[in-house]
Amino acid sequence: MDALARPARFNPVAAVGALTLGVLRTVGAVSLFAGRGLGAALSGPWFLGQLGRQLMAIGFMSLPVVGLTAVFTGAALALNIYTGGGRFNAEQIVPQIVALGITRELAPVLAALMLAGRVSATIAAEIGAMRATEQIDAMRTLSTDPFRYLVAPRLLAGILTLPLLTAVADAIGIGGGWLVSTLSLDFSPAVYARATVDFVESWDVVSGLIKAAVFGFIVTLMGCYHGYTAVGGARGVGQAATRAMVWAGVLIFASDYLMTSLFTER
Amino acid sequence: MSPRPPVLEWRDARIRFGGAPVLDGLNLSVAAGRSLVIIGGSGQGKSVTLKLALGLMRPDSGQVLFEGAPLPGLMQRGQNRLYAASGVLFQGAALFDSLTVWENVAFRLLNADGVARKPARAAALDALAQVKLEPSAADLYPSELSGGMQKRVGLARAIVARPRVLFFDEPTTGLDPSTAATINALIVDQVKRLGCTAVSITHDLISARTIADEIAMLEGGKIVWRGPTAEFDQTDNPSVRQFRRGAAGLPDA
Repeated sequence: MDALARPARFNPVAAVGALTLGVLRTVGAVSLFAGRGLGAALSGPWFLGQLGRQLMAIGFMSLPVVGLTAVFTGAALALNIYTGGGRFNAEQIVPQIVALGITRELAPVLAALMLAGRVSATIAAEIGAMRATEQIDAMRTLSTDPFRYLVAPRLLAGILTLPLLTAVADAIGIGGGWLVSTLSLDFSPAVYARATVDFVESWDVVSGLIKAAVFGFIVTLMGCYHGYTAVGGARGVGQAATRAMVWAGVLIFASDYLMTSLFTER
Repeated sequence: MSPRPPVLEWRDARIRFGGAPVLDGLNLSVAAGRSLVIIGGSGQGKSVTLKLALGLMRPDSGQVLFEGAPLPGLMQRGQNRLYAASGVLFQGAALFDSLTVWENVAFRLLNADGVARKPARAAALDALAQVKLEPSAADLYPSELSGGMQKRVGLARAIVARPRVLFFDEPTTGLDPSTAATINALIVDQVKRLGCTAVSITHDLISARTIADEIAMLEGGKIVWRGPTAEFDQTDNPSVRQFRRGAAGLPDA
């Protein structure tokens, strides 16, 4: 009896084992989900009406927030580089560093983070609510694969639109730097623009767009996965939305580091 | 000549949730053209029984067969024999919020059968008329409908492709008695009109008596009684008597 009443002793090996198994199980589940979603996205048949709706919702409707983020980031970046460059008499590097920072790093990452906040949570809530109200089960019984109808259009829209949003953010971000530099840092508008154009290489832009496509996949994948696997009614849907946003953010930074180290010339 | 296999058959189906058995060797079959209603209290495994039949869950052991073929084999592709032949009315109707009523009803025609929008809309309006809904409801969204109207739209969606098997998941739950009676009458009408096999789960005895040819009582994950509807009120089976009196858990009087 005494032995039964004694609380179970904490076993650190078992705890680490359980944690490892949990992580592996989740990684496996997300990988399978991603593979199935990508398979549906690439192989067709495609629901073009759904794809069009998602392109609008994920891409077009995100333009204002991405544009605003880019213009202020470009402007703040120019001021910071001017301050930093001034410490070793190199204020003239502002156009080059703003362009490099925006195209290679800030435009794709910030556009993706904006999308993670705006889109991941929305997708998770939408699909999670469909799961909770048996709409996904209903779709299957209506001979329609939810992966093709719900997941594939969102993944495709994310992969296609985030590079476009990033290209817009590149232009607006560089424009923000140009604006603040010419209005308050005494740069000549033409000289600033010339310095930017001469310095930026096509790979700077392309590498940012590649990153953006990967981030677009991550943002929509997290929304779809957490929504699709949501359990527990309204509370579960709320948790799915939060998890989608948080994990999209974490994976954006992690994959950004990996891709940056891959793209960096050594 | 060998006898025709049942349309649907659960063969020694077992499933456990968290170690606890939900279905404990379920054996049940439905013959073509019959309306079987599975009744039972909450937590007795009715929903799981239906989900197994729809291929939305898999048994831990045992089989579910549709027209003699095991379900996993039929589920290889998205469009499969079971779904092509069946219609389902879900408990909460499970209408797609972002689509209008007619798009909901015509969902299968538009997205799985490749029917163009104009004929699909015509078919949807016809199905809506079958469940006594005016064409003016066709362009509304599900959120603009009452619970009873949503159930009717769900029924229209289930019958629009003229299925051979209809599934009803708690068709009258959450409805007032008058609306529930209307839904029951519509179910009886449509099952008769289409000449199809019907499988329903419910805990509503009025609904069960109205729509069933046969009733099966599920308790503890097993069928404890099965018989024609006419015998349901006469049987001395203690589980059925208890359920009829609505006094589950109390000793038999």
